[in-house]
Amino acid sequence: MANTATHDHAHDHHDHKPHGLKRWLYATNHKDIGTMYLVFACVMFFLGGAMALVIRAELFQPGLQFVDPGFYNSMTTMHALLMIFGAVMPAWTGLANWMVPMQVGAPDMALPRLNNFSFWLLPFAFTLLLLTLFVPGGAPAGGWTLYPPLSLQAGDSFPLTIFAIHLMGISSILGAINVVVTILNMRAPGMGLLNMPLFCWTWLITAYLLIAVMPVLAGAVTMLLTDYFFGTSFFAASGGGDPVMFQHIFWFFGHPEVYILILPAFGVVSEIIPTFSRKPLFGYESMVYATASIAFLSFIVWAHHMFTVGMPLAGQLFFMLSTMLIAVPTGVKVFNWCATMWKGSISFETPMLFAIAFLFLFTLGGFSGLMLAIVPADFQYHDSYFVVAHFHYVLVPGAVFAIMAGVYYWLPKWTGRMYNEKIGKLHFWLSTIGVNVLFFPQHFLGLAGMPRRIPDYSTQFADWNMVSSLGASLFGFSQLLFVYVIWSAVRSGEKAADRPWEGAHGLEWELPTPAPYHSWETPPTRSVISHGAMH
Amino acid sequence: MTRHARTALSATAFAILGSLAPLAAHAEWGNLNMPVGVTVLSKEIHALHMTMFWWCVAIGVFVFGWMIWSLVAFRKSQGAKPDTTMTHSTKAEIVWTVIPVVILVIMAIPAARTLIAIEDTRNTEISIKVTGYQWKWHYDYLGEDVKFFSSLARASDEARQLGSGVNPESVENYLRDVDNPLVVPEDTKVRVLLTAQDVIHAWWVPAFGMKKDAIPGNVNELWFKVEKGKTGLYRGQCAELCGRDHGFMPIVVKVVTKDEYRTWLAGQKAGESTPADASSEPAADSSPTIAALPAAPQG
Ligand code: HEM
Ligand SMILES: [Cu+2]
Ligand SMILES: [Cu+2]
Repeated sequence: MANTATHDHAHDHHDHKPHGLKRWLYATNHKDIGTMYLVFACVMFFLGGAMALVIRAELFQPGLQFVDPGFYNSMTTMHALLMIFGAVMPAWTGLANWMVPMQVGAPDMALPRLNNFSFWLLPFAFTLLLLTLFVPGGAPAGGWTLYPPLSLQAGDSFPLTIFAIHLMGISSILGAINVVVTILNMRAPGMGLLNMPLFCWTWLITAYLLIAVMPVLAGAVTMLLTDYFFGTSFFAASGGGDPVMFQHIFWFFGHPEVYILILPAFGVVSEIIPTFSRKPLFGYESMVYATASIAFLSFIVWAHHMFTVGMPLAGQLFFMLSTMLIAVPTGVKVFNWCATMWKGSISFETPMLFAIAFLFLFTLGGFSGLMLAIVPADFQYHDSYFVVAHFHYVLVPGAVFAIMAGVYYWLPKWTGRMYNEKIGKLHFWLSTIGVNVLFFPQHFLGLAGMPRRIPDYSTQFADWNMVSSLGASLFGFSQLLFVYVIWSAVRSGEKAADRPWEGAHGLEWELPTPAPYHSWETPPTRSVISHGAMH
Repeated sequence: MTRHARTALSATAFAILGSLAPLAAHAEWGNLNMPVGVTVLSKEIHALHMTMFWWCVAIGVFVFGWMIWSLVAFRKSQGAKPDTTMTHSTKAEIVWTVIPVVILVIMAIPAARTLIAIEDTRNTEISIKVTGYQWKWHYDYLGEDVKFFSSLARASDEARQLGSGVNPESVENYLRDVDNPLVVPEDTKVRVLLTAQDVIHAWWVPAFGMKKDAIPGNVNELWFKVEKGKTGLYRGQCAELCGRDHGFMPIVVKVVTKDEYRTWLAGQKAGESTPADASSEPAADSSPTIAALPAAPQG
């Protein structure tokens, strides 16, 4: 039956694609745009990674060796902004661009020109942001959380940073609208919402989160802007404002934001684990409901980032309980993934290895999250390296590993070529060892009393910092292998089959390999859909 | 792997381990956990931390055990056949929703109890207003007319400059030493009122179990009561990013007996030059007389 699809498309192979620069500048094709998003994310990942290595080099030993403390603060700030808004979010949008039309049986995204616009905003946004490194006063150094009054002490970087954040926000919102419209309107006849692959589901919910909270961030930074330039005092106590109000607004965006970074990862892992366990996803519907409940709860937990600002007791209790509650649907997901592997027939190709590491290490980050939810204990953990360890566990072996798993998994379908499994596995092992050597000791540092965002520390923290920095270079440099393995696959990889993974299911695998330029020009028939789903 | 490659690999491994050997000389490898601390609250907080930690370990043993079991027992390479009929189970879903909820409720109760104790600032015996500045602390003993700044000790300050050439290991209490420590009596409920002059800071002494933000225009409260017999120096740091020298505004609290405290306070009122010395050298910018100090801002 897979042949039906191939056959339907046999006469469609006159892809009128423009060539050269124009193909990319005027791109409206979801695959071209997806590729640009992914390449962009990769570039930002390496830039942000270079900044992280500056940070870890300075922290290798006590004493200031390399950078001025002000520049150090710019590095932590820029690293976070680049990784969150430049690497992880665009990578997810890139994957959505590639996969959503193929998975729902559509020829392309619903709004191709908007798609072009939302991508091309990003290079401008990040050029502005990176330019701040060269303006008087240096790059923003108040932390990615931009808390006033500190963030208002920035020099000329300030308006550039705010404008860059606005552009990123617009880009994310437009990208999200495109995903929502594509999923809700372009599904092939016969593909009900509850027949969709989980990646589409988690992205649909992520898109709603984006549409809901990016304007909140825009509002927050606009208020900063008017406080800075136009004499308002939203956040200035001297003018009757309140700096804590910024934190409430910021985290009302910020907590859903962390789920924006991780929900699509849940989707990818929910595709990969069944494939390599050769068994359908356990509890599909409960996965959908769990994702939806996480998204809902993510709007009512924001103040767990601000337990130390001095909230009323009732407020602290409320946010403690709601935060603990979010662990329940998260747990449901982990249990479902375990149950999917149970009684499966498991093989360990690179995408699966990354998904397994995700499973273990994301769960570990969930544990530290649970500990952080205990308010009295958070009075100790807050703003220490324990928090740094927590969010890096959920974000690096969490979100970033899932992105890499997705790239390895779908690369054969995209390019028609297979990556080198040996190098893929090497990349996996070096990354996994590196990430743990890098972040695990940070739990110890935080508990022993090391605050985050400091360029230098007392000698009692020296040992684990050194270990962490060694892990950082191992992890960082291993990522060059990732680029190499992808590059060499695209250049000269072995030809991949239509269904390179024996247990793969879903509509994308019903397309020929490499996937045709306009994925599904005629919608897949119901029998193709059910074939895809059954597999 | 060829024998050559293997030898090369083990040689590299040994080289790396060898280069790490000097590290083993440090005594700090054991610094792995939250300090138990010296106040009633810090002990309760530590206990909560440990209980939650052991819950996580228990859940971890179960979940990771399940994962590892599946990964080992159902390997395709060992001929495992998938059971494709296993797609959902309402019973299982209910079990793994309800059990976590129960665990969370079990944890929430003692956490809430401790939280209520933390928020109970009644019956405090001494109140000290702490003001964060970029980048030092100001302490004001309310009602006593004793106030002073507390900044990074000079030895640390010199050593921490970029390219100072001073080995931090040679500086005692590198970055955790101040010119004028806060002095408080043991066995006394001390209330700290926190505010800031410029940007947000946070006052954190891990041994007291407590951290709270010092915010311009706000006054926050926290309290601690150091147990009797636990006199000594306790060190902490600013815990909220506050600009360039955020890493360089430590906190030192000197806990003394009630008698010593009375004597010290009387001495301060009489205008003794340095409050109480934690470091051998007073820093240059510590004002010699209290009268010369600027008044703390009105929050
Ligand atoms: C079981 C689920 C989770 C719980 C209970 C939880 C809880 C918390 C809490 C209480 C904090 C604040 C800690 C503090 O600053 O004192 C925190 C910080 C953070 N969490 Fe989580 N978390 C969970 C999962 C996640 C996930 C899935 C992500 C993202 C992928 C994430 C990303 C972050 C980030 C980025 C921060 C720090 C933000 C900052 O201060 O810069 N967390 N988490
Ligand atoms: Cu959060
Ligand atoms: Cu600070």
